[in-house]
Amino acid sequence: MDVNTKQLKKNAFRVTKERGIAASRVRVPGGRMDAKYLSVLQDIAETYGNGTIHLTLRQGFEIPGIPFEDMDKVNAMLQPVIEGMGINQEEKGKGYSASGTRNIMACVGNSICPYGNYDTTAFARKVEKEIFPNDLHFKVCFTGCHNDCAKVRMHDFGIIGMTMPQLDPNRCISCGACIKRCKKKSVGALQAMNFRPVRNEETCLGCGECVLACPNAAWTRSQKKYYKLTIFGRTGKKNPRLGVDWIKWIDEESIIKIIKNTYAYVEKYIDPNAPGGKEHIGYIVDRTGFEEFKKWALKDVTLPEIAEVTSPIYWNGIKYK
Amino acid sequence: MGYLLNKEGMNQLLASLRDEYVVYAPKCFVGGGRFSETDCIRYGEIQSIEEVVFDKKSDYSFKEVLTPISQTLFYFTEDSVKEADAPKKGAIVFLRSCDLHGLRRLDDMYLRNGQPDYYYKRLRDRVHFVLMGCDHSFKNCFCVDMGTNISDNYDLSVDVQGDLYALDNKWDQLETLLEDLAVATQEIVPAHVKDNEVHVHIPENLDERIAKSSLWREYDSRCINCGRCNFVCPTCTCWSMQDLFYSENGKAGERRRVLASCMVDGFTDVAGGGSYRKKNGDRMRFKVMHKVYDYKKREDYHMCVGCGRCDDICPEYISFSNIINKLEDGMKEVTGND
Ligand code: SF4
Ligand code: SF4
Repeated sequence: MDVNTKQLKKNAFRVTKERGIAASRVRVPGGRMDAKYLSVLQDIAETYGNGTIHLTLRQGFEIPGIPFEDMDKVNAMLQPVIEGMGINQEEKGKGYSASGTRNIMACVGNSICPYGNYDTTAFARKVEKEIFPNDLHFKVCFTGCHNDCAKVRMHDFGIIGMTMPQLDPNRCISCGACIKRCKKKSVGALQAMNFRPVRNEETCLGCGECVLACPNAAWTRSQKKYYKLTIFGRTGKKNPRLGVDWIKWIDEESIIKIIKNTYAYVEKYIDPNAPGGKEHIGYIVDRTGFEEFKKWALKDVTLPEIAEVTSPIYWNGIKYK
Repeated sequence: MGYLLNKEGMNQLLASLRDEYVVYAPKCFVGGGRFSETDCIRYGEIQSIEEVVFDKKSDYSFKEVLTPISQTLFYFTEDSVKEADAPKKGAIVFLRSCDLHGLRRLDDMYLRNGQPDYYYKRLRDRVHFVLMGCDHSFKNCFCVDMGTNISDNYDLSVDVQGDLYALDNKWDQLETLLEDLAVATQEIVPAHVKDNEVHVHIPENLDERIAKSSLWREYDSRCINCGRCNFVCPTCTCWSMQDLFYSENGKAGERRRVLASCMVDGFTDVAGGGSYRKKNGDRMRFKVMHKVYDYKKREDYHMCVGCGRCDDICPEYISFSNIINKLEDGMKEVTGND
C-alpha cells in the first residue's frame, strides 16, 4: 500500500496505530453546530468507521476505524457539514483541510450562559474566517467571562469577555449586593462611599458580576464590548505554562489584527528546523524578546483609548532540564 | 368620548402634552437587562408613541415615577434647610389596569395613612394616567382573581388596533384637541383581561397562626434575599432615609429617601445589633401576609394587584402566586389540633 501520509494528514485524517486505518477529524469552530450534522457523523462512523466517535478536547469529533481506501467517500459525506459550518475549504468535496492552526475553541458564551459577556462562537467563527487554513501552529480560544471555562490561558491567544459596568446612581438602593458579590466572587473592586458603590477602575475585571447582582438595574452593561487578551499559554513537553494578561479592555478589531500580524512575525522568526514545522509561538518570543513580538503584533493596531497594555510581561511555569 | 388616531395624530397629541407634562411609559432599554444582550423594559420619559412598549409587561413598575427610587428631600447647611425643588412639569403615566389599581395602594400609603406625604402629594396632584388596554394576559399575571383587571378611573385609555390607536377620553382638557387629531370617532372600551392562566385562592380563615406553618421554611434556603420581588412591585412602598454629608464636619448635606425592601438584610435591624426577621422564610411570610392579609384588614382590599412581576423577576424562580396557593394547606397544618 502506497499512501502519502503527509497529504493524508493535511486532509484531516489521522494515521492510527492500526495499519491501513485512519481516523477522520471533524473540527467545530467555536464549538457550536447545527444538531442535524450529528446524524451525518453517525452515518460515517457506522458505514465506514468502527461505530464509535471520540469527542476531542479541541471541540471536534474523531471518527476512527476508517480504511484508507474509504477516505474519499468519507470526504464526500462530510461536504454538507463543512459547508454548513461555513468552513474555508480549499477544494469542494475533498474534505477538511487540516492546518497547523488548531480548531478555534469557545465556551457557550452569552447566547446561553448568564455570565457570558459576548457571543463567543460568533467571534470564534469570525477569526476562523480570517486565519484558516494556515500552516502555522496557532491556538486561539474564546471564553465569555473571567471564569474561563474554556481555559483560554492554555492557548497562544486567549480572549476573555469583559463589560464596562455602568452605574445609574438614581437607581441604587444601597443594598450592597454588588459590593458583596464582587468581593466574594471576583476581585473586590467595589467599595461603599456615601451609600453607593464606587468602582476601583484599576482592579475591576469587567466580569459583570455587579450587573448580575444588582436587583434594581442600577448597574448595567456597556453597549460596547471589551475583552482581555491573554497570550502564550502552552501545554506540551518542554516548558508548559499559563498564558498571561497582555491587553485589558481591548476591542474585537484589534484582537483580529494582532492575531493576523503574529502570523507574519512567526513566519519571520520560526526555527526553520522545528520538527514538523511546528514551534509554539511562546518559544519564538523567548528567543526574539517580547519587545520584538510586540512591534510586529501591534503594527497598524489602534487600541481603544481605555485599553491597558501590560508591560513588561513575565511568564513562569514548569521548566525541565 | 372615543377617538381613533393614527401614529402622527398620536405623536401630535404627545407633543402638545409635553409643554406641560413629562410623559412616562414603559420603554425598552436596549442592552439594559441583567444578562449580556438582553433588554430591560422599565419606565422612562418618552418623546413618541413608538417608544412605548405595548406588547410586553414592564419588568419594573410605574411607581418609580411617583416615588423615585432615590429622592432628595432637602438640603441642609448649619441651621438652614432648603427643600428640594418640585419637578417643573406635571407627569403623564402610561400604565396597565393592575398598575392603576396599584396607584390606589400608593395613594393610601402616602396620602391617607396619617398626614399626607408632602413630596408625594406635590407630584401626585399633577399626574394624569393613560390606561393601556390588555387584550391578553401575560405570563404569571393573576389580575382577574385579585379583581384588578378592569379600571375606569383613567384620564385617557389607549388600545393599539393595527396602525391605529383607540382612545377613550375622560380628560376634558383634551377633548377639542382629540377631535382635531382623530381620524374617526367611535365608542371605545379599553380591552381587559378576562382570564389568566394563573389562579390564586386566598383562604377565608387565614390568620397569624400561619406563622407556625412549616411552609415558610422552604424559603429559608431557596430565597436569596435579593429584594427584587419588592423593587419591581407596584405596591411596595417602603423606604429608608439617608443623610449625606458633603463636608467632614457634617454641617452641610442632603437628606434623601431611598427604596427599601423587607427581604433584604438590614430592614429590621434595631439599635444594639438586633434584627427581627433573620430567616428568609420569615421575611417571605411577612411580605406575603402583608400583601394578602393584614393590609386588607385595614383597607378592605388586598395590597397585591396580581401583576406577577415578583414572579417574573425572581432569580430563584420563586412564585408568589404559588405561595398564596399554599396558604390553605398551611392553615390546615397549624389548625390541625383545633
Ligand atoms: S426575588 Fe426571589 S430570591 Fe429575591 S428576595 Fe424575592 S423571593 Fe427571594
Ligand atoms: S406582590 Fe407580586 S404580583 Fe403582587 S403586586 Fe407585587 S409584584 Fe405584583
